[in-house]
Amino acid sequence: MAFYDNLDEFGHAIALIAESGETLTYEETARQADSFATHIAQNRLVFILADNCIESVIGYLGCLRGKVPAALLSSNIHASLLAGLLTLYRPNYIWMPRDRAGLTPNAGELFSRGEYVLLAYSPERLVVHEELALLMTTSGSTGSPKFVRQSYTNLEANAASIATYLSVRGNDKAITTLPMHYVYGLSVINSHLHCGAPVVLTGASLLEKRFWALFQSQEATTLSGVPYTYEILRRLRWNRMNLPSLRVLTQAGGKLNAGLVGEFAAICRDKGIRLFVMYGAAEATARMSYLPPESALDKPSSIGVPIPGGEFWIEDEAGNPITDPEEVGELFYRGANVTLGYAMSREDLARGNEREGILATGDMAKCDADGMYYIVGRKSRFVKIFGNRINLEEVEQLLRGINVDCACAGNDEKIRIYMTNASKQEEVLAYVQQLTLLHHSAFQTVVIDSIPRNQAGKIIYSELA
Amino acid sequence: MSATNRERYDKVILESLNLQPQDLNDGLIYNSVAAWDSVGHMSLMAALETEFDIMMETDDIIAFSSYLQGLEILAKYGIQF
Repeated sequence: MAFYDNLDEFGHAIALIAESGETLTYEETARQADSFATHIAQNRLVFILADNCIESVIGYLGCLRGKVPAALLSSNIHASLLAGLLTLYRPNYIWMPRDRAGLTPNAGELFSRGEYVLLAYSPERLVVHEELALLMTTSGSTGSPKFVRQSYTNLEANAASIATYLSVRGNDKAITTLPMHYVYGLSVINSHLHCGAPVVLTGASLLEKRFWALFQSQEATTLSGVPYTYEILRRLRWNRMNLPSLRVLTQAGGKLNAGLVGEFAAICRDKGIRLFVMYGAAEATARMSYLPPESALDKPSSIGVPIPGGEFWIEDEAGNPITDPEEVGELFYRGANVTLGYAMSREDLARGNEREGILATGDMAKCDADGMYYIVGRKSRFVKIFGNRINLEEVEQLLRGINVDCACAGNDEKIRIYMTNASKQEEVLAYVQQLTLLHHSAFQTVVIDSIPRNQAGKIIYSELA
Repeated sequence: MSATNRERYDKVILESLNLQPQDLNDGLIYNSVAAWDSVGHMSLMAALETEFDIMMETDDIIAFSSYLQGLEILAKYGIQF
């Protein structure tokens, strides 16, 4: 049975712990989620402006149990982005913090719990595919209205698989370090709910004293992070911190450089902590592979093996499978967690399973003689900075929208914006920061005489310095 | 004329967090401005360490939650304001 339907199985075990100290048992969580669901009707769409708090999780579980699809967005979503999404998708309900309800004037209030209110937005029924459970964003903040359509089966399969290879136990205790509107953050919640383990919900960052106070007082066992989180942990000299309860570290959301993996793997080995380096994508619900902890020291740049129930293979440009170790091709994945497809509009919510369980990852990879996989590059133009996926094409298009002729290139450390108009540099930096919500150190403007283009007018990226 | 320690501190904050002089007040706390997120904080700590030639302790990094608090914390490293 799917984790969200199986909550009663764990009865009086604690499911959710808020920073305030409020706790909910599995039974209470199920009752409150069902109570939420009495306010939402079938063939409707819910927008959830999520925080890492009990109310958000109740709303999320209520939608899953009530079989009403929900889109998870950040509670900090930019007002103009939200306005665009509301216009495009016309959700029937919005579950959001009361203090941002001003963003949706004239919406009637149906229900509230704590700081959250359920607002009635659009009255129109819509055609929703019966398998559609969740809409999750990929690049979060570049203003793209694109959602990944995730099914009930996807969520159930990935939660169960992750719980299996992590060996999640009922006496584990996860603490949130990533937002729940992000697939990796949500997978931590899902995989622990699957096993009857508790989750400590907090919006605090690792750079805040209150995070560590909560970690220690709750005796959390499991910490997850994107590569940047590991830079922070290292800077905080985590190995010298007093964290006797910590026994699992997981890492995903981009490639953690091999040096850091090695450093963490050695410390974890000495402390008896299991370190799981992992790989995945929203298109595969969350997770596709993991590096078994015992292999982290020997193969620090590997993404490991497919998750239980999953399968990898590599294809050349012609679509032929590559079987020689060390030969590079595009990585393909098959599993019950491969999502249905994308949605760009309200009408797309009626669409079914377009991928049929197979995902072309868009990553270039190779496999070694031991069956361990390695990502060596990307097929398409996006980077992952500070844990956020940023599509370089989109940034270019958005800048062209404000009349800045440019070309965007870069890597996971820096996005470079090549432009011809030196006087617009400040404007460009301000604009991209606002759009992506990334710190200015993620960007660099480079002024050049002209953007190199071929005869068809396409930008020649290889000629950019 | 060389800058005072306070002027040096203010300059680092202004540059790391992309702010204007009028933003330097007791309302300036972690997460209160767009650039002071976790990435901004790490960047700020590194910039202060470079400017004042110090190595900050973990407890101080996580306690450094505001513009004013920062002054108290740096004072522990012998920097007089």
